[in-house]
Amino acid sequence: MHELAITQSMFDIVLQQAEQAKAKKVTGINLVIGGMTGVIADSVQFYLDFLSRGTIAEGASVRMEIVPAKARCLNCKMTFELKEFDWVCPECGNSRVEIIAGNELLVESIEVE
Amino acid sequence: MEIKVLENILGANEQIARKNRELLDKNKVFCINMMASPGAGKTSFVLQTIKALKGKLKIGVIEGDISSSIDAETVAKEGVPVVQINTGGECHLEAIQVQTALNSLPLADIDLLFIENVGNLVCPAEFNLGEHIKVIIASVPEGDDKPYKYPLMFNIMNVLVLNKTDLLPYVKFNVDNFVKTIKNINAGAEIFKVSCTTGDGISEWTKWLKSRIK
Repeated sequence: MHELAITQSMFDIVLQQAEQAKAKKVTGINLVIGGMTGVIADSVQFYLDFLSRGTIAEGASVRMEIVPAKARCLNCKMTFELKEFDWVCPECGNSRVEIIAGNELLVESIEVE
Repeated sequence: MEIKVLENILGANEQIARKNRELLDKNKVFCINMMASPGAGKTSFVLQTIKALKGKLKIGVIEGDISSSIDAETVAKEGVPVVQINTGGECHLEAIQVQTALNSLPLADIDLLFIENVGNLVCPAEFNLGEHIKVIIASVPEGDDKPYKYPLMFNIMNVLVLNKTDLLPYVKFNVDNFVKTIKNINAGAEIFKVSCTTGDGISEWTKWLKSRIK
């Protein structure tokens, strides 16, 4: 839903980095996206195709590494992957947990020529 | 050739949010980012809070909507400074829009600033605005299963307000289950149960709020 704003910010970072490296063309963009964020890869690619027209990043492909949402039990400290409707520690059954992974939203690297 | 970047995509927003926060702190303004689905009662809740704190705290409001200034006009009738932001289609407020709005508010004359975000339980969760606390308004007719459907939003908030409690006799809504779910997702959250129609529960909220500001 908010992929346009996210893609715009991502694209600004990509262009800035490519310019710094004096790249002629950006061919790939590698993102790290947390499972909690709900960012959709197809939407990001769609907006990127639109935003990158006429720039050195035109035609670049987006790869997203999805980081699974993980939680830590506040009782027994066990860490486990969060699945829908299942915010309960599989070890001790405690339902008070804290999120330790899944909120990531990073440009990890870009591929340039 | 690969270039390592490792940069937060929303880093630019975070930077402006930090500047907003500095400006708010300098002017001793306590700021609330208020989020909810459309129709949960954000504006009614702001109005109830303004009425309850009249003469005690000086309040200002930033209204965020995709279009129109209906909410700003409603709030302005209470005699408080209001700025309307129209996002023109975007489903959330960003720090830069709030920065502009802050510049047109008499911050030195405000103790408490409400930012009423665009009605949406998804996108506003990602964008810090510089606020001190995030408040979610949930309402009884929306159902008690919302926290699991929008976990990020319910995980990052500080205060949950359950509104429209006057409708509990008519709607299938299990308050105990709802509270338990919230505590699972966000163990530290403060929870208030209110009705903006009857005024029930508002004084507990304003009492807590005053203790946070002073």
